[in-house]
Amino acid sequence: MAPRVFVLLGTKKGAFTLESDATRRSWSLRGPFCETWPMNHVVADAATGTIYAGGGNEWFGPAVWKSTDLGQTWTHSSDGLAYEAGEEAIKSVWSVACHNGQVYAGVQPAGLFKSADNGQSWTQVTGLRAHPTAPKWQPGGAGLILHSIVTHPLDPDQLWVGISAAGVFHTADGGQNWTPRNSGTRCDFLPEAERYPEFGQCVHCLVMAAGQPDRLYQQNHCGMYRSEDGGQHWESIEAGLPSSFGFPAVAHPRDPATLFLLPLNGDIAGRYVPEGKAAVWRTRNAGAGWEAKRDGLPQENAFFGVLRQAMAADRLDPVGVYAGTNTGTLFASADEGERWTSIAQYLPPILSVETLVVDG
Amino acid sequence: MSTSPAVEAVLVVLPAALIRLFPGCNQHVSLCATDVWEMITALDRRWPGMRDRLCDSQPRVRRHINIFVEGERATLETRLAPGGEVFIMTAISGG
Repeated sequence: MAPRVFVLLGTKKGAFTLESDATRRSWSLRGPFCETWPMNHVVADAATGTIYAGGGNEWFGPAVWKSTDLGQTWTHSSDGLAYEAGEEAIKSVWSVACHNGQVYAGVQPAGLFKSADNGQSWTQVTGLRAHPTAPKWQPGGAGLILHSIVTHPLDPDQLWVGISAAGVFHTADGGQNWTPRNSGTRCDFLPEAERYPEFGQCVHCLVMAAGQPDRLYQQNHCGMYRSEDGGQHWESIEAGLPSSFGFPAVAHPRDPATLFLLPLNGDIAGRYVPEGKAAVWRTRNAGAGWEAKRDGLPQENAFFGVLRQAMAADRLDPVGVYAGTNTGTLFASADEGERWTSIAQYLPPILSVETLVVDG
Repeated sequence: MSTSPAVEAVLVVLPAALIRLFPGCNQHVSLCATDVWEMITALDRRWPGMRDRLCDSQPRVRRHINIFVEGERATLETRLAPGGEVFIMTAISGG
């Protein structure tokens, strides 16, 4: 059966889906879903096809929405998605990840929750907020958010999370104990003698290389990095990029040396594509060199950015790459970034982009 | 907040945006409660999850939810008069 390709969008005004066949030439858009709640992250469980949408609404608070019919109908739950009475209440869900029958949700203020019943109910992974550094975590521009959840493909007890601006943390025992993994990532916003602390880094996006669980990449507020030891040490790979600042990082689904970035012009320079010319930057050698892929992307008067969860790849061959802008345009490439076209415009600000390929 | 003896019902009027989140929910709900917390607990029994939409985990009424009892903004502790009306409304918010 011919595969159906879905791009899942979280936006400031609800979730959307786009669907195409494997050629990825023509797309149909549906939405907005989830009652137009701001949806920070919309993801699919590749094993089941269930779509989860994490977000929060100014009136009704945080929830994870769920669709088991590819977006046609939705339910929501926040059962258990709460801190103890008296603690600062959860404002919204920022990230969702599915692995090995578990669903994880990262929230603001930063914490991690887990569901073993497909999003019906949630329990806190309490070890993270019990970490001795937690009282000193400081919020980034978007608040104190847990935005990246990286699971281990073989070991369900291992997890990495990215928190702005607390840094990367890792657990090897299913979340009971955590260790900071920020060695080598810098904080340009601290005095020079204090730029490499144990924690407090402003990680923007954390991803794992395909087939190499020890290789992680992170786009940071202050540079781009690669680790070959599960985040215990990080090495800068920003040489050759137009900027050390950006939000998303997208790993190739099969090639551990290929990564896609979309650097912006700088943290206090407007946070749009450098010189108003859009490009996705690709490495084929794990960050040793970079090439700008511009064909089809606007090369004048482009003043948009792409947020931390708003770029993704599908698993087809060649790989499709998708970048959603904070001005509501979705760009797509069906050939690993060589040529780009706009496949949706005039949407609300795009907060997340993910993909789902359904066989038949 | 108090435990609930048998009391005369109050009429609760729910906002449309809330009703859409709970299939089968009515705009006008008659229930027995002596204060706002009891009222929300009763709503949550009928439509599980509704308390989370109206209250945060402090717990307190969500910042952009207004609950009016006898024309005044209420808290979870506000007493309800037997036979009275309660209006739950979405406040000005968004962006």
